[in-house]
Parts: sequence; C-alpha cells; structure tokens
Amino acid sequence: MQSLNSPTLAALENVTFSYAPQERNILEGLNMSFARGKLTAVMGGSGCGKTTVLRLLGGQVKANSGKVLFEKEDISLLNNEGLIQIRRKMGMLFQFGALFTDMSVFENVAFPLREHTPLDEQTITDLVMLKLNAVGLRNARDLMPSQISGGMARRVAFARAVALDPPLIMYDEPFAGLDPIALGVTARLIKEMNNALGATSILVTHDVPETFAIADYVYFIANGKIAAEGTPADLMKSEDLFVRQFIDAQPDGPVPFHYPGKKLRDDFGITGAAS
Amino acid sequence: MMNVLVNRITRLGSFVRSSIAGIGHATKMFITVISRSTGLFKRFRLISDQVFFLGNYSFVIIAVSGLFVGFVLGLQGYYTLNRYGSEQALGLLVALSLTRELGPVVTALLFAGRAGTSLTAEIGLMKAGEQLSAMEMMAVDPVARVIAPRFWAGVIAMPILAAIFSAVGIVGGYLVGVPLIGVDSGAFWSQMQGGVDVLKDVGNGVIKSLVFGIAVTFIALYQGYESKPTPEGVSLATTRTVVISSLAVLALDFLLTAVMFST
Repeated sequence: MQSLNSPTLAALENVTFSYAPQERNILEGLNMSFARGKLTAVMGGSGCGKTTVLRLLGGQVKANSGKVLFEKEDISLLNNEGLIQIRRKMGMLFQFGALFTDMSVFENVAFPLREHTPLDEQTITDLVMLKLNAVGLRNARDLMPSQISGGMARRVAFARAVALDPPLIMYDEPFAGLDPIALGVTARLIKEMNNALGATSILVTHDVPETFAIADYVYFIANGKIAAEGTPADLMKSEDLFVRQFIDAQPDGPVPFHYPGKKLRDDFGITGAAS
Repeated sequence: MMNVLVNRITRLGSFVRSSIAGIGHATKMFITVISRSTGLFKRFRLISDQVFFLGNYSFVIIAVSGLFVGFVLGLQGYYTLNRYGSEQALGLLVALSLTRELGPVVTALLFAGRAGTSLTAEIGLMKAGEQLSAMEMMAVDPVARVIAPRFWAGVIAMPILAAIFSAVGIVGGYLVGVPLIGVDSGAFWSQMQGGVDVLKDVGNGVIKSLVFGIAVTFIALYQGYESKPTPEGVSLATTRTVVISSLAVLALDFLLTAVMFST
C-alpha cells in the first residue's frame, strides 16, 4: 500500500470481483489505496482487470466481497441516489472519449454544468471556454465530435471530465491509439490538471514511459492481485520478473507467450527430446 | 435416442425460461422508464426536440405512403362498391378504412422501420461508444435523460403521424375517386361527413396509434439499450426491432379491434 504521507481519498480493501457468478474472478483479494492529491497509476496487461478497478470506484459494478471506499464510504452499499451524489465528486475520462455524438464540442463540455448546476448561460459559457482553453480547443467549440480527431476527442472529454472540478479524476487508457504528439499533450495535461486542481488522479494504462514520467505511485495488477507496487523510480530498479518483463517489453516470462494448453510435441506428434 | 429427447426437452425448457425472464426484464425496464419520467415534463424541451427529430425522420415516408394507400383504396373501393351501385359511399369507405385501421397500423409499421430502427441504432451506438456509461459517471441517469424523452416523443409523434397518414390518404382517395373516375364530389364528402363518428371511429383510431406508439418506441429503445455493445450486437438489435415491433403492432391491432368494435 502506498505511504506518501497523504491521507487516502479512495481505497479497495480485499476486493474480489467477477462479472457473473460462474465466471472466473477478475480480481481476487485486491488491496489498493489512492492518496489524496497524488497521481496513482494502475498498470497491467490487457484484460487483467485494470478498468474494472475504475468501474468499481464509480459504482458501475459492485464487488462480490470486500470494501470499495471513497471518502470512507463503502460504494458497494450505496443505492442509486447515493451513487448519484458520490459520482458528482468524480470525473472520468473514457478510453475513446465517449463524447455525445449528437452534441457539439461546446455542448459536451457544458453538459455536466447544465445538468448539475443552476448557473446562467453566460457563466456556463465562460466556464466552458476556460476548460476548452486549458486543453487548447477553444476554437473547436462549434465542431461536432465526428469532425475532430481521436486525440482532440480525448482532450474534449478531458475538459468535460473536469468541468465540475471533481476531487477525483479517473483516466481509462488515456494514451491508447494516440500519435506521439497527442500522447505527449495528453500526459502533460493529466499532470498539469492534477497539480492545478489538487485533484486525486487514477490513471489506468499499459503505457510504461509516459506513465512513469508523470505518476507518483504505480500498482501492477496480474491475475487479479497486486503483482508489484512502488514509485516509478523503485520499479525501474526492481528485480521482480513480472515487472522486468512488463517494463522491458519481453515477449515471454511470467506472462507466457503461448496460450496455455497442450505441449508442442503433443500437437505435432514429436516423440524426441524437443518440448 | 434418449439423449436426443432429453436434449430437446432441455432446450425447450431453457427457451421458455429465458423468454419469461426476458419479458420480466422488459417489464421492469418499462416501469423504470415511466417512473423516471416525472422530472421530464419540467424540461419539456428534451421531449419536443425528439418529437421534431422523429417526426422529421418519418414525415416524408408516411405522407407519400398515405397518398398511395389512398389511391389504391379509391380504385379498389370503387371496384367493389360499383357492383352494388353504391359508389357514392366511396368517401365513407376510404375515410373509415383509414381512420379505423390503415392509418394507425400502416403508420406504426412504417414508423418501426424508419424511426424505430434509427432509435435502436442510436441507443446501441451510444452504448457501444460508452456514452451511456459516461453519462452515468457524470451522475446523470441515462434512462431519465436519454431513454425517457425518446419514449414520450414516440408516443406523442405516432398519433400525429397517423393523422397525417389518414388525411393524405383521404386526399389520395378523393383524387382517384372524384376527378379520375368521376364519383360525385358532393356525395363523396357528405357521405364521409355523415358516416364517420368522431369518438367511435376517429377516437378509437387515435387510441390505437397511442398504444402502437408506446409499443413500437419502447421495443426500439429496449432493444438498443439491451444490445451487445458491438457492431454485430447493434445490427442484430436493429433487425429485432423491426421484427418484434411489426408483429406486436399486428397482434395488438387484432386485440384492440376485437375490444373496440365488437360492441
């Protein structure tokens, strides 16, 4: 568990989760804590349950057992009303932005303000323009989501996620499918937003260099458990086989290259010493 | 042999069980949509925008279809009535056929094909693009904000479209019957005026189209909302919308007709 001398904003305590009772457990006895004001990264291979952590914190899925805590409240126990209250304190950036396709860039960012605040039109316009300015898209306000690139969509979604200045911002694979320029821009925005708003950020990703450059603390998940954790500097020096395989991008290691099953010699009918 | 039999019975059993579960699930969703609509009428703009969209989607196809159905009714009606020497009643026949039956039913079928499929695809794609999840995470209930306005818009739009269909159809029947075939214009209109009852004929037609509006719009939205968030899932849901809502409209039409016009 991270000890950065900051009080904890959100935490997972001994959480077990599966999407259906008969399916395998995606998370098994997972413990994590997210320090207030810090940028914590959750890393791991595809399908290891990284995104599930965000869905648990947002209350979109419920843990089978264990506690999902946000400001000391157990999210798994909340009803619909309670979830709505708590989600107002969260912003989430989805993998591909998830912009509302029937609204302009401006209206997308204005959406949370219109839904949750009684602000007048002029104030909403000012706030939206400030947020769009922060992501460099003030002049794209009238465009529709179909008219902007993937990287721009991510930035608009970013402005929308922080429109209400939430204390917790969650990022689901913010670097996936971006060109190097957009990648750098997104990483810088995440870090700046974390510093400027004093918000707590959770970054779910498998992009090692970008994440290590900006994260305060990193968790690695494998097989539903924490495989390794520490500051980026600690992890770079780590001798742990899983961490090394991940950081050095080795094809084979604790995470095998071959899908488990029959041995090669059985499939090819080889009787010699080859395996 | 025994195995094959057991398998068949098992499959039948699981089909029945999943069908009942599906109906239960849909009913629960229907109640949720209704119960979360309360705040909606304070923001009527959300509904009126959708009425405008749905109406625009379907207006042309419904007006053109109405015209042709009217033409055909004029021709076929004249052919039959002429045998009994009562072609003066052509106006009455056209008006009754349209307001009691063809207006609501054909409009609902066309609406299912035009607006229903686009609703299913829209909701399905919103789900696939995580837009509904994003809304949920912004503490906005997607059922109240996205599903409910579209549902009420469909319920409002259907009777209006059915009225347009019937009105255009009557004009079509007139064009074929009076200028083309030569039925007396005065008789055409006066028989219609005398024979069509506002409550029994027009009123029941409106009730039918309201019921069809509820059925078709809900089926379309439910299919979209419950679709698998993949391209195959959305295309399958769109097909199901047309099949299920067409069958529902025809079955409901029989039931409603039996109840309304039996007395």
